[in-house]
Amino acid sequence: MISENLPIIIVLLPFFAALLTPIIAFFQRVAARWYASAMVTTAFALSIWQLSKVTETGTIRYNFGGWEIPYGIEFVVDTLNGSIIVLVCFMGMLSMYFGMHFVKGLSRLKSGGFYTVLALLITGLMGMSSTGDLFNLYVFLEITSLSGYTLIALGGDSGVISAFRYLMIGTIGASFYLIGVAFIYAQTGSLNMSDVSELVSSGEATGSVLVASVCFIVAFGIKMALFPLHGWQPAAYSNSHPATTALIAGVMGKIPAYAMVRFFYFVFIGQRASLETLMTIVGVMGAAGMIYGSIIAIRQKNIRKMLAYSSIAQMGYIAVGIAIGNYYGLLGSVMHIIGHSLTKGGLFFAMGGVMYKYGTSSLNSMGQLYRKMPKTVVTIVIGALSMVGIPPTTGFFSKWYLALGACQSGQYWYVAVLVVSSLLNAIYFFRLLEKIFMDKEMTNANRMWDHRGELPWLMMIPIILCGLGIILTGLFNTEIVGILGIAVQGVV
Amino acid sequence: MSNAVDMILNLRPVLAVMVSLIASGMIMVCGSKVSPNVRESITMTACVLKAACVFSMVPAVVAGKVFDINIIQIADGINLHFRTDPLGMVFACVASGLWTVTSIYSIGYMRGHHEKNQVGYFAAFAMCLCGAVGICFAANLMTFFIFYEILTVATYPLVVHYRDNQGKKSGRKYLIYTLTSGQLFFAGIVYVYVLTGTTEFAAGGFLQGKISGGAALFLFLLMIAGGAVKAGVMPLHSWLPSAMVAPTPVSALLHAVAVVKAGAFCVIRIMAFTFGPELCKSCGASDIMAWVAAATILISSLIAIQKDNLKARLAFSTVGQLSYIVLGVSIMTPVALTGAIYHIVAHACMKITLFMCAGAIFVTTHKSEVSQMRGIGRRMPLTMTAFTVASLGIAGLPFLVGFVSKMNIMAGAYAAGKPLFAIVLIASALLSLTYLVPVAYMAFSRKSINPDFRDYNMTLKGEADWKMLAPLVITACVSVLLGVMPNFGVHLFDLAQMAAEAVFEGGMI
Repeated sequence: MISENLPIIIVLLPFFAALLTPIIAFFQRVAARWYASAMVTTAFALSIWQLSKVTETGTIRYNFGGWEIPYGIEFVVDTLNGSIIVLVCFMGMLSMYFGMHFVKGLSRLKSGGFYTVLALLITGLMGMSSTGDLFNLYVFLEITSLSGYTLIALGGDSGVISAFRYLMIGTIGASFYLIGVAFIYAQTGSLNMSDVSELVSSGEATGSVLVASVCFIVAFGIKMALFPLHGWQPAAYSNSHPATTALIAGVMGKIPAYAMVRFFYFVFIGQRASLETLMTIVGVMGAAGMIYGSIIAIRQKNIRKMLAYSSIAQMGYIAVGIAIGNYYGLLGSVMHIIGHSLTKGGLFFAMGGVMYKYGTSSLNSMGQLYRKMPKTVVTIVIGALSMVGIPPTTGFFSKWYLALGACQSGQYWYVAVLVVSSLLNAIYFFRLLEKIFMDKEMTNANRMWDHRGELPWLMMIPIILCGLGIILTGLFNTEIVGILGIAVQGVV
Repeated sequence: MSNAVDMILNLRPVLAVMVSLIASGMIMVCGSKVSPNVRESITMTACVLKAACVFSMVPAVVAGKVFDINIIQIADGINLHFRTDPLGMVFACVASGLWTVTSIYSIGYMRGHHEKNQVGYFAAFAMCLCGAVGICFAANLMTFFIFYEILTVATYPLVVHYRDNQGKKSGRKYLIYTLTSGQLFFAGIVYVYVLTGTTEFAAGGFLQGKISGGAALFLFLLMIAGGAVKAGVMPLHSWLPSAMVAPTPVSALLHAVAVVKAGAFCVIRIMAFTFGPELCKSCGASDIMAWVAAATILISSLIAIQKDNLKARLAFSTVGQLSYIVLGVSIMTPVALTGAIYHIVAHACMKITLFMCAGAIFVTTHKSEVSQMRGIGRRMPLTMTAFTVASLGIAGLPFLVGFVSKMNIMAGAYAAGKPLFAIVLIASALLSLTYLVPVAYMAFSRKSINPDFRDYNMTLKGEADWKMLAPLVITACVSVLLGVMPNFGVHLFDLAQMAAEAVFEGGMI
């Protein structure tokens, strides 16, 4: 039973967590938190099972309620989104653990509500990754966005303002997506991705496909904060609730990027040639973002803001991979989605830990942090090296595949941009390390968590696992490439 | 049973790399919890194990055996691949052998000088050696690059060891130079892989026939940037003198042996094992490198003469000596290449002696400027004797190890019909007589000696601690021994010759 219904069970688990958590929290706050975490942890275990199944037996198609395919909604899981779902579950699970201590002592409504929204965000992200239906994707996109707005608004006064800004821009993005879907529906009369893919594959690209493609680029560009559509992102990331930034920055921005891959290399695969110009534009946007994000990040005095701008640059890497569009380019792109999630997630977890303990994320108050939080600093160091692209971390290998793809397609200037961007990354990440290891000690006056030890172990687990993940996905990247390759091979 | 033993013995290249990685991890984790003696025993155990692994492979490699290990597939189509070829063995012997010596010296120096942050120091030191030996045994560009970058990053904490403003500044300079060149190297490797579908090193190069002319030269310049910066080839050398703010053992091992030699080694790997002699000649790369190296040799010697600070003087001497290696490779004859490879050994032994002497002087007498050292031989006769031996070796006097390598490079220059390079080498030897030997002369001078040393009278009482004295005496003795018998002990000269011949036969190793 479970084995047949895996795709939907995995999405429903966090959904039920979201539904029941507030009720359980009304009786028992701690039980509610553990209930939500347990559901997501189970989803994580099942998602690994699903991925191994997909790898062995091929794509799983799951249609709801027995409706025939072009009419009903279906979930399609291949190795590409199978891996992405594992990633979402993993980071969601860690965020659940990480948040426990932040909501301790809050009221029933607040602590239960926090876990409800968090679980909803995970549901939305997993739905977006699983679905094979254009409109269904819109539904999950909205679930993701709404819960995202809430979690950003939970970050205090400035969080509310940033969330409102994101809400305005995000709604525009979602509308663009809807308009794009409308154009596709008008031409093909279908909303099923594989069906649409067949219907638009023959002949010249029609005007509506082109308009829809532009709409999708704008929509996903806004949602993934691709330069120059990134305006909402730095404030939203750096003001969001510190327990959730890892999930928001690490995964929420990546799923639209995955959706972009899905659209341009699976749905519109037949129109590749006519969409070449659009892809070049995406590449230029990405390349400009790589340089812009890194330069602005150098100027930041707040580490969370610095990491947010760095994310703009990193989304540029992913966009460049999509633009290159050959086997290695796409692989590099998806590898970077996975690797950068772990890296940025790990860094934001670490910063969340620092904020939990010292209430600050200012660059100048990090002096001698390594004496006080040695394990956290190890993750920061590993994360920084991965961002710069020092082997054997995961950042190096995604860069390697991107550069290989760029070279193979003869677009050498992408390689130059990659090189420049990683050097700019080096400037601000080594500055961070310089502050941590060499500056004078910061005062302990505003120390908030005053126990023995570095951090509560529930917060230590996500930080350490991300640090390990960065190294392991780097060392064993061929395993991931092998899995992803099955899906990517089919479209290039 | 014997199968298991064989298997482990065959894994020695990996063990040699891993042992210092593990040591580094252990020092980092429990270094601050255990006593310094226990901590240093981790370092010493790792040194001995590593040296044992490396040196025990020498007879087999001399006999023609190749240890070939694919560990995992590290990127699509590329393995993390270790192979022991003669060239790699030479560098591995130097690095692991001198690490043992320097570790003893480090313990003496760091304790004698009451340095802070010793845990981080010993951990980073071990990590550097992991990088260096990984570089030696790397069989393809990918593996090479991974360890090259590990070495770059692991050296950074050592450069900024004092964590003051000067340290930070040198650290930044170091990173700017090495990371930038590393990224260019990276771009070059990507292009090589796209071009040939492989990154495996082959004696005599594997790019021949795949690329030519201007494109080849451009690719060469991209890749060589990685090696040239670490090897301090002018005008990319300026991080090296700045990095001398680090504690002296760091300068000794890393800036005379591991880091800069890794750069020189990288130059050899690129010119002789990636591009190959013919391609280097036909695209003009070898001429460019030869002239740049020749200019570096002369200019650095002229700068060294002006420096009063002993470490700065040694730093510029290092810049010049490394370019001997680059020049030797660029001349592109078997004899010159043998000389160049052997100069890795020769310069390492001599320069580490000189740096260790400078450190011993600094810890015991707190003198760092040459002008303050008049008569220091009265206080530290043994140290200054070792210094004298090494200085003469740098100048290339017969019966010292420097002579062997320089003679070969010069012979190669004549054989290639480029006597001008031989003249450059002679001029440089004379110049080094003017900047190093006077230090030795002043040390034993009887006139206008520094009053600090007047009360000493050529006894060993004023010498540094035995932990510092013994290593520098040992390396000085080794410099003499290898000068008289270049093949003493581990057949380093034979290995160098084997490597050079393989390159020019065009065959695989």
